[in-house]
Amino acid sequence: MINPAIAGTMESGDIMIEIRDSENKGIHIELESTVMNQFGKQIEKVIEETAKACGLENVDIIAKDKGSLDCTIRARVTTAAMRGCGKTEFEWK
Amino acid sequence: MERLRRTMLFVPGNNPGMLADAHIYGSDSVMFDLEDSVSLGEKDAARMLVYNALKTIDYGEVETVVRVNPLSTPYGAEDIKAMVAAGVQVIRMPKTETAQDVIDTEKAIEAAEIAYGREVGSTKILTAVESALGIVNAYAIATASKRIIGIALGAEDYAANLKTTRSKDGVELFYARSVIVVAARAAGIDALDTVYSNVNDTEGLIEQTKLIKQLGFDGKSIINPRQIDPIQQVYTPTTVEIEKAMRIVAAAEEAEKRGSGVVSLDGKMVDKPVYMRALRVINLAKAMNLIDED
Repeated sequence: MINPAIAGTMESGDIMIEIRDSENKGIHIELESTVMNQFGKQIEKVIEETAKACGLENVDIIAKDKGSLDCTIRARVTTAAMRGCGKTEFEWK
Repeated sequence: MERLRRTMLFVPGNNPGMLADAHIYGSDSVMFDLEDSVSLGEKDAARMLVYNALKTIDYGEVETVVRVNPLSTPYGAEDIKAMVAAGVQVIRMPKTETAQDVIDTEKAIEAAEIAYGREVGSTKILTAVESALGIVNAYAIATASKRIIGIALGAEDYAANLKTTRSKDGVELFYARSVIVVAARAAGIDALDTVYSNVNDTEGLIEQTKLIKQLGFDGKSIINPRQIDPIQQVYTPTTVEIEKAMRIVAAAEEAEKRGSGVVSLDGKMVDKPVYMRALRVINLAKAMNLIDED
């Protein structure tokens, strides 16, 4: 990470993701969600998988979820990771 | 069956709630917007969001269109790559002014289709004309690529370019609308009208839709699901029109069985344009479930 980065909004159906370098090893997720009881674990899983796919290793991720779908979580984590790493091109598949 | 484009619902590309729900309201197409509704600082986020939505959400029979940024901006080329990779059905080109704009977009689409393993030619193009130059070049634009499925009018930029403003009766758009319909028909593609911006004025929307239907347009861009029903009602044929169309089609089928090239109904010859119009009436009636699919 070159700098801390944010993506997403606090609107219904969205998730706001903030990523910053961590002094501790691994990916640390701090999640607040309107659907924490039902989907908290699933949301954390998608955040972690996406962060790893973006090549992030030692980061803190603060996530504020307003009932987002998995595809939205993937999009917001990827955007925040790219912004934080200063990347402008993505390997579309 | 010919695809209908009576209502093409614009959806801001950076709004995940709307991206998830856009297809449930009954519009013929959904148009995810990466251009004017997305601020410069959020272009990357909207592109990534629409890409993931297209790859994940099942939009069913609703046509998926993405309005990309122009290739002349820093965002256009990457928009096209991402949307083609995600499998969008139609790329809407904003601010199309020349046939060369279409050719350049087609090249970018084709390169992306090859790069991401999509069938070459499978991604269609909808051009939007939003300036006097675009109107002057409408036919050249409409025929610049086999991928083009329609030509649309973007009225706000066009009115500003004409040095006028939008009026309720749309007199300032009369020439542009006529040019677009004629260019579309000459090219064999759809003619699509601009948005009606006042979502609270249903009567005005109905009046405008009656006007553009009479001019020959296939449908309109819309900005709110509430606009779907009034427009689709205007495009719904009457019972008398449906019955007449069914009799014309039945007469044509009967003539074909007899091996006759001449179709007649009630003692009058049925010309090909009348037959084609009858087929369209039946298509519109089927879309509103007024007659069986069969």
